[in-house]
Amino acid sequence: MNANLEKINGYSVVNVLEERIDAHNSAGLKEIFLHLIEQGEADIIVQLDRVRFIDSSGLGALLSGHKNAMAKSGRFILAGCKQQVVSMFELTRLNRIFEIYVDLTEALGSQN
Amino acid sequence: MCDPIIQVEVIIPTQTKYLNLIGSIGEQIAKDLEDYSGDREALSYHLNLVLTEATANAIKHANYNDPKDTVRITIHIDDQELNIKVYDHGQGFDLEKVDIPDFDHPKEGGMGIFFIRTFMDSVTYTRINDGNVLEIIKYLK
Repeated sequence: MNANLEKINGYSVVNVLEERIDAHNSAGLKEIFLHLIEQGEADIIVQLDRVRFIDSSGLGALLSGHKNAMAKSGRFILAGCKQQVVSMFELTRLNRIFEIYVDLTEALGSQN
Repeated sequence: MCDPIIQVEVIIPTQTKYLNLIGSIGEQIAKDLEDYSGDREALSYHLNLVLTEATANAIKHANYNDPKDTVRITIHIDDQELNIKVYDHGQGFDLEKVDIPDFDHPKEGGMGIFFIRTFMDSVTYTRINDGNVLEIIKYLK
């Protein structure tokens, strides 16, 4: 999984640099979330603005990150999602579970 | 089936790095499909997704004892329907036992077949001589 990490205002920001999240790289994304949470970094923003395709395993990786962050009383926020990706959240009703913001600025300005 | 407008056959090793290739073929076919009156952008995404999920499923159920195992994918399009077949050499699974996901208590796995069923019109999984074939049909008229 090609991604970079930043720390902004107490949040770990995961910038996903791939156009696709599928069964080839979703395990890598899940590992990134797990590693952060194990290190006590449970407030996570995932920047998905480059992602134009996500499959069931990609949704599973996000769900895993969300569950593990919640278990540590953290926040798991998705930002910059393209419409195709939002449609997948809507189809699986994951839009009711994930905190979703238009972009990083809005995500950082959001209150818990 | 009528005379094909497009017929594609791809054979890949059972490695997930080829999912992008297979999905991209589906996406491009949808973009080039003549006389399609529906939402072409949506069809592109759906074909990408369906081919990705079906191929990932075949890789997951592949014969890991054979490092040279392959997955064969055929795509046949005529003026009536789009037909995808994904052949694997694994143990197979029971498609009828794949339930609709519980969206109130979502789990990490089990959504792939749901997507295929949602976006396509017919899905069957059949045992054949040396493996299994997942056949997916979308009616174009």
